[in-house]
Amino acid sequence: MPTVIVNNKPVEIGSSEKLNCIQAAERAGDTIPSYCWHHDLSVVASCRMCLVEVGEKKPDGTIAMQPKLSPGCQTPVKDGTVIVSNSEKVLAAQKATLEYLLLNHPLDCPVCDQAGECGLQDYSYNYGRGYSRLQEPKNIKPDKDYIGDQITLFTDRCIMCTRCVRFTREISGTAEMQVVSRGTHEEIDIFPGEPCNNKLAGNVVDLCPVGALCSKDFLYKQRVWWLKSKNSVCPGCSTGCSITVDQNEDVLYRLKPRENPQAQGSFMCDEGRFGWKYVQSDRRLTTPEQQSAGKTISKDWDVVLSSLTTTLADLSDQKKSGTFVVAISPWATVEEAYLLARFAKDVNPNARLAIGPVRTVGEDDLYPKDIHGRPSLPTKFTIRAEKCPNRRGVEAVLNHFQGEVVPFSSVLQEIDSGSVEALFVLGGDPEGWISDADAAKLDKLKLLVVQDLLASPASGKAHFVLPGAAWAEKEGTFVNHNGLAQAIHRGLRGPEGSRPDGRILFELSGRSGLFHAASLRREIASEIPELAALGVGDLGEFGVSLSSTSKTEPQPVG
Amino acid sequence: MSTFEPTLLARINKPDSQLLETYRRDGGYEGFKKALGMAPVDVINQVKDSGLRGRGGAGFPTGLKWTFLPKDHPGPIYLAINADESEPATFNNRILMELDPHQVLEGIAISCYAIKSKKAYIYLRYEYGRSYRALKNAIEECYAAGLFGKNIHGSGFDLDVVLHRGAAAYICGEETGLIESLEGKRAWPRIKPPFPAIEGLFRKPTIVNNIETMACVKQILDRGADWFKSIGVPPDPSNPRDAGSYGPKLYCISGHVNKPGCVELPMGITARQLIDEHGGGVWKGRNAKAVVPGGISMGFLSASELDTPLDFNGPGKVGCLGLGTAAITVIDDHTSMVDVLFNCARFFAHESCGQCTPCREGTAWMHKILARIRMGEGQSRDLDLLNEVASSMGIIPGTTICGLSDGAAWPIKNAIKKFRSEFEEYIQTGRKTVKPSDALMEVH
Repeated sequence: MPTVIVNNKPVEIGSSEKLNCIQAAERAGDTIPSYCWHHDLSVVASCRMCLVEVGEKKPDGTIAMQPKLSPGCQTPVKDGTVIVSNSEKVLAAQKATLEYLLLNHPLDCPVCDQAGECGLQDYSYNYGRGYSRLQEPKNIKPDKDYIGDQITLFTDRCIMCTRCVRFTREISGTAEMQVVSRGTHEEIDIFPGEPCNNKLAGNVVDLCPVGALCSKDFLYKQRVWWLKSKNSVCPGCSTGCSITVDQNEDVLYRLKPRENPQAQGSFMCDEGRFGWKYVQSDRRLTTPEQQSAGKTISKDWDVVLSSLTTTLADLSDQKKSGTFVVAISPWATVEEAYLLARFAKDVNPNARLAIGPVRTVGEDDLYPKDIHGRPSLPTKFTIRAEKCPNRRGVEAVLNHFQGEVVPFSSVLQEIDSGSVEALFVLGGDPEGWISDADAAKLDKLKLLVVQDLLASPASGKAHFVLPGAAWAEKEGTFVNHNGLAQAIHRGLRGPEGSRPDGRILFELSGRSGLFHAASLRREIASEIPELAALGVGDLGEFGVSLSSTSKTEPQPVG
Repeated sequence: MSTFEPTLLARINKPDSQLLETYRRDGGYEGFKKALGMAPVDVINQVKDSGLRGRGGAGFPTGLKWTFLPKDHPGPIYLAINADESEPATFNNRILMELDPHQVLEGIAISCYAIKSKKAYIYLRYEYGRSYRALKNAIEECYAAGLFGKNIHGSGFDLDVVLHRGAAAYICGEETGLIESLEGKRAWPRIKPPFPAIEGLFRKPTIVNNIETMACVKQILDRGADWFKSIGVPPDPSNPRDAGSYGPKLYCISGHVNKPGCVELPMGITARQLIDEHGGGVWKGRNAKAVVPGGISMGFLSASELDTPLDFNGPGKVGCLGLGTAAITVIDDHTSMVDVLFNCARFFAHESCGQCTPCREGTAWMHKILARIRMGEGQSRDLDLLNEVASSMGIIPGTTICGLSDGAAWPIKNAIKKFRSEFEEYIQTGRKTVKPSDALMEVH
């Protein structure tokens, strides 16, 4: 195996791996600071933060160091490469570079959104000089709030790493961002009248290592050190981007992509990034209800749930096939689908299991785009047309219990023809999943149970309404388009009155103990061969692929 | 020396020297014809044997550079001619292009044949309107005469020459900045490797050569490698890295002299000879305080160093970065070195492309410090600060992608070293060259 020597520590790298000095040092547990380098973008080696001493260990054991410092990002390592990142020469270069970067920086950390997660702050603290020797006035550059609908630029905070420019050229392909002017007067800007509003635009804010590009949505909302982060999965489409949910005091403030080579890579789209507002919508269902003939019988969870159990048990006396239908939304987690399917079959072995409406919008949206707006190869990011997170997971459960997946359109037809008497809908899709016309068909039902997130035409007609939780408020598993099962975690508590869906179904099923996703995953794995990979219980940071029983090799991103 | 006959500039004073007709009458394009009868590798060898070193400033051996191209490359190879001539006080390329463009074009044709390139791009700085018109006309004449185009003289060799006008920036003279600019991009120098000979213009192997180098190539083909080697200075035995400084060189003389201009002389002439024998002496009967040997990034020769031979090896011995473009700028003893250095710093701050942090911020910072010193607000520690900034951005440790920051840092370090007492006196007496308001206007 090729061996690289980082600060006197030998570290082995894979024989086919192509690493630069920064990556090799990371393997050795050392950090080489860098700004402009990003593993998904081209190498420009312009910030000069990652300058290190590089040399080569000859077969005879002697070490020949290059006289000049080399940018670690630009220098590939091979067997015998020697990297020194802690010599006086390197430390002096880091100090100098940081002093340069801060020369014209306004140092307005107290009012800067990035403070607390800022590359300039962190590196200045770790590698910087601590003071500036500039006595002259700083350059003043105008703020640009027109960069994009969601993006604003504090120009004077910018360190000209050009990550944003390269992102729009190489990943989105839309090339809105550019550098204007020259030398110290350089600024990031857009072409006049062409704002950065592509569907991946929000990523430039994440890529910005300082507080220059800021999200208008998040601007001045929260100091980042108050935020608590939980790993989760974006439910916006079947790509299943790994994300973090950042909240404080049960208020969700932002979603950020979390790097996962098996899911989406490093980025996420703006539909997902800004599309979570329904979680805090005032249309959230917050009261369990039992209705009868237009009258509210109860609004108490205990009463509603026990009454529902009784009602469903009564129903089970009618052993006629197809009269009781359970529709499980592709927004439900694997655990919820399993609990409900199992419960339905226990209550009534002839219960028919259907998948809720699978919403698709247009075609898969592939990036980067070429100059004509057409996708160009290789694909680096895909926003999928299937706007739900877990169709594959729900289908796996339905296939197991029933051998087939009944589409929701068939259910509506059957209801319309009068062959269905009772319907239990497990929802979760924040977009209207049922039209008024379709909802009118539900009038024919003797029993309608709606467990959902938001009020809908269906919840208005339901005999039982069970207010569930949003994806950010519960534990569970989503299986993406590629069969990658990822865990979602409870980032915040839902509004008072709502309950995590797993818990509701757990109680309804009469199970003892508490809902615990990992234990339930093991149970599911032992029962459903297609989901055997969930047997690990803890799916880890990156999830597991259903096609194997262990953690998978990285899948192609996109 | 008195027997030296100019060759590169031999035709410039003739009437209609820029026309193909007169050029042919003087034996023009015979060297190209001769080359077409040779194997390309023999042309390369002849240039190699001549010891020709690039005239753009770095002095890299031209023939050696050509051999860096991949052997038997199947795709296109390009020749890019650097006619950006953006080094201050340098104007020898301009004279060649305006007054003898065919000499340059013949050199280009020969070089293209040697490196098997079918396409040459001339990257011309925007300000050179007369050069543009002269070259454009000359290229059209060549196409009409069958000297360019398909199957030249039945040799099977095709050649297209494209004249491209830049948009005026110093950095476009850096070879990879030039390539980026030719591709239609911002002229940000590329990281190397890969070097242009492997991956250059449009990601194809590319040789970048200077205008004067092309004229030399033409003369070498006409007169032979031995003729070229008979002129100039052989390698310095005490410097193993010196490849010698052969051939005639166009020296530009400007600044405080009575007779500024461009003269062709054998390599190795001294600054004093240039001033006294060719520049008419320092103006107004004054003495020279300092001489820039070849572009301001090279540093300064002090009055006691004027006998330094201006070959590729000489200026380095007295602390200059090198010969550079061999364009001397004479500074008389009435001029403040603070003002000179401020001008240098202003130039580099204006011309830094802004890609690398040390250069982008360092050049502007040095400019601001010098502006403050000129406002009478200098402090003695400023000189050490200038030195430190210059050291951290240039040469040692070589912290940037291209050489601009090295070039920006060198005159600062060099001037403070050689003229420190003058700087200290300026600061301590609180002299003011400018009103604060003017200085601020310049900085911002």
